[in-house]
Amino acid sequence: MIELENVSKVYRMGNMEVAALQGVSLTIQEGEMMAIMGPSGSGKSTMMNVLGCLDVPTSGRYVLEGEEVGRLGDDRLAEIRNRKIGFVFQTYNLLHRLTALGNVELPLLYGNGQNRRKRALEALERVGLGPRANHRPAELSGGEQQRVGIARALVKNPSILLADEPTGNLDSRSSYEIIAILQRLNREEGLTVIIVTHEPDIAEHTQRVVSMLDGRVVKDEPVREPRLAAGGDAGMEGQRQ
Amino acid sequence: MNPLTTLRTALSSIGANKLRSGLTLLGIVIGVASVISLMAIGRGAQQAITANIQALGTNLLFVRPGSTTQGGITGGQGSASTLTLDDAYALMDKVYAPSVAAVAPERRATGQVVAGNKNTFTQIIGVTPEYQFVRNVPVASGQFVTWGQVDKRSEAVVLGSRVSETLFGFRDPVGQPVRINGRQFKVIGVLKSQGGGVQGLFDDQVLVPITTLYYRLSSRRTAQGGISVQTVNVQISSSDAMDGAVQEIATVLRLRHRITATDDFTVTSQEATIQTLEATTNVFVVFLGAIASISLLVGGIGIMNIMLVSVTERTREIGIRKAMGAKRRDILLQFVSEATLLSLGGGGVGVLLGLALSRLMDGRSVGGQTFQTAFSGDIAMLALVVSAGIGLFFGIYPAFRAARLHPIQALRYE
Repeated sequence: MIELENVSKVYRMGNMEVAALQGVSLTIQEGEMMAIMGPSGSGKSTMMNVLGCLDVPTSGRYVLEGEEVGRLGDDRLAEIRNRKIGFVFQTYNLLHRLTALGNVELPLLYGNGQNRRKRALEALERVGLGPRANHRPAELSGGEQQRVGIARALVKNPSILLADEPTGNLDSRSSYEIIAILQRLNREEGLTVIIVTHEPDIAEHTQRVVSMLDGRVVKDEPVREPRLAAGGDAGMEGQRQ
Repeated sequence: MNPLTTLRTALSSIGANKLRSGLTLLGIVIGVASVISLMAIGRGAQQAITANIQALGTNLLFVRPGSTTQGGITGGQGSASTLTLDDAYALMDKVYAPSVAAVAPERRATGQVVAGNKNTFTQIIGVTPEYQFVRNVPVASGQFVTWGQVDKRSEAVVLGSRVSETLFGFRDPVGQPVRINGRQFKVIGVLKSQGGGVQGLFDDQVLVPITTLYYRLSSRRTAQGGISVQTVNVQISSSDAMDGAVQEIATVLRLRHRITATDDFTVTSQEATIQTLEATTNVFVVFLGAIASISLLVGGIGIMNIMLVSVTERTREIGIRKAMGAKRRDILLQFVSEATLLSLGGGGVGVLLGLALSRLMDGRSVGGQTFQTAFSGDIAMLALVVSAGIGLFFGIYPAFRAARLHPIQALRYE
């Protein structure tokens, strides 16, 4: 369970203080799949950074699985990110000189990493990319690169998967494939998935939409009938190849 | 991150940009290779000089007269004429100087040596028969100076090999007449050519009986009226007896000269000469090494430069790694080990190149000087350690900058 209690984040830019988050309170249950929406400048990126332990709030409490993480130092935060959080980025953020397998192994290099190859390969198979394990990112399509990104986020079996505009650089067909994989992981493995997006269409595939504006949560409501993405078995196709 | 993975990651980063890594490596390669080869030349020169001095003969002590003081001006060592031929003979006393094996006094002058229509200006050394063995000057043809010739002040001369060649070409001069400073001498022998080095000086000199030199070619009487000599070469029975021998010689000479305060002679050992020269050549070797080290330093700065560029270029990678849970220490270690591997690799190649260069130069002559090189393992080890240290030193700042990056800013970096 994730609990944000009256969380604020103030950035200092020269003499000006910019409040990116203003007293946000939010509870996210384990196994939820939710979207955080809002226009640019609404504070959703800051929200993502705080939730992902990349940054600490200026004030307020952030409790992740019973552990207060809002006041931790850099190295402890790195440890939490390594163990509990999987990131999926809009631009994939893969290392180009490594193969898909090498990229997925990356989180295993930090913290205890036994059987790295085997675990990375399993993660790739979960997103249907087992056969492409030895390809470099440049040899993969955008959709496939994002699947490598998801495999990398999964490899340490995190508590939360944080996806920042995961379909922002993809065509609609690949987008739905990615959403389908996230839905499957949420449904079948009970993974908590948080998607930051500005596309209402993507948000409708989740169970809950939190809308932000000017650093505040302005709307927080469940999606009455979450849509199911087509191509949900894209992974399976991959395995059959 | 365990050490092996860190190493593998560093290697793969180095391999990712081969040309750039290669050029950076080259800086260290050149630095280390120049240190190694210049040190090899320096050490080689040192060994050559030492060998040269040892070639004079073994277990030698040199006794020279002290300095004169005239009108308040003190002359150099050996300028006094207080050491005599009788002093030299006294050192052969088995009772007072048991450590002395042989004594060879010498006195030098210069003169014109003429044979037929050829002539040469050369140094003339007055010697006794012992000189041949004490100073290690073998005869190629004819014979050396004998005691009979010393007693009779005979006009007999032994020519150095080059003097013989100048005056007689390739003919055997033994038995031929020559004129030295206008006096008629008979050539009794020719010395074996000794080539380069200190011993090679004999090639250009001629030897006559010491008494002949004194009475026929120069005349300077001592206060006591004896024949003054410039150097007494003393051979000691064994190297262990050297220190004792110095005392024995000093005692004999003090007794003979009735000295109670300041000695009017000095005793130096071949060992001391070698040590003095080694101290001098050490300065030379260190100087060479220091010059070469500058290029090593430049190589180190090259590594720092390229690591700084690399950190900037890979800001995003650093952000990704940090998002995946890399701690400051992990990033620091990654970049430090990259820099260290680069410079250590360069050091390894540099040692091999330096070894090859010093092998190549060994025995080559440049401008009449023959290079002698001595490659030593300790310098190679030192060069490796130093190059690793350079990588560490010059890599730590860029690595620190990388480790300090904030993950969010690093991820956003374009």
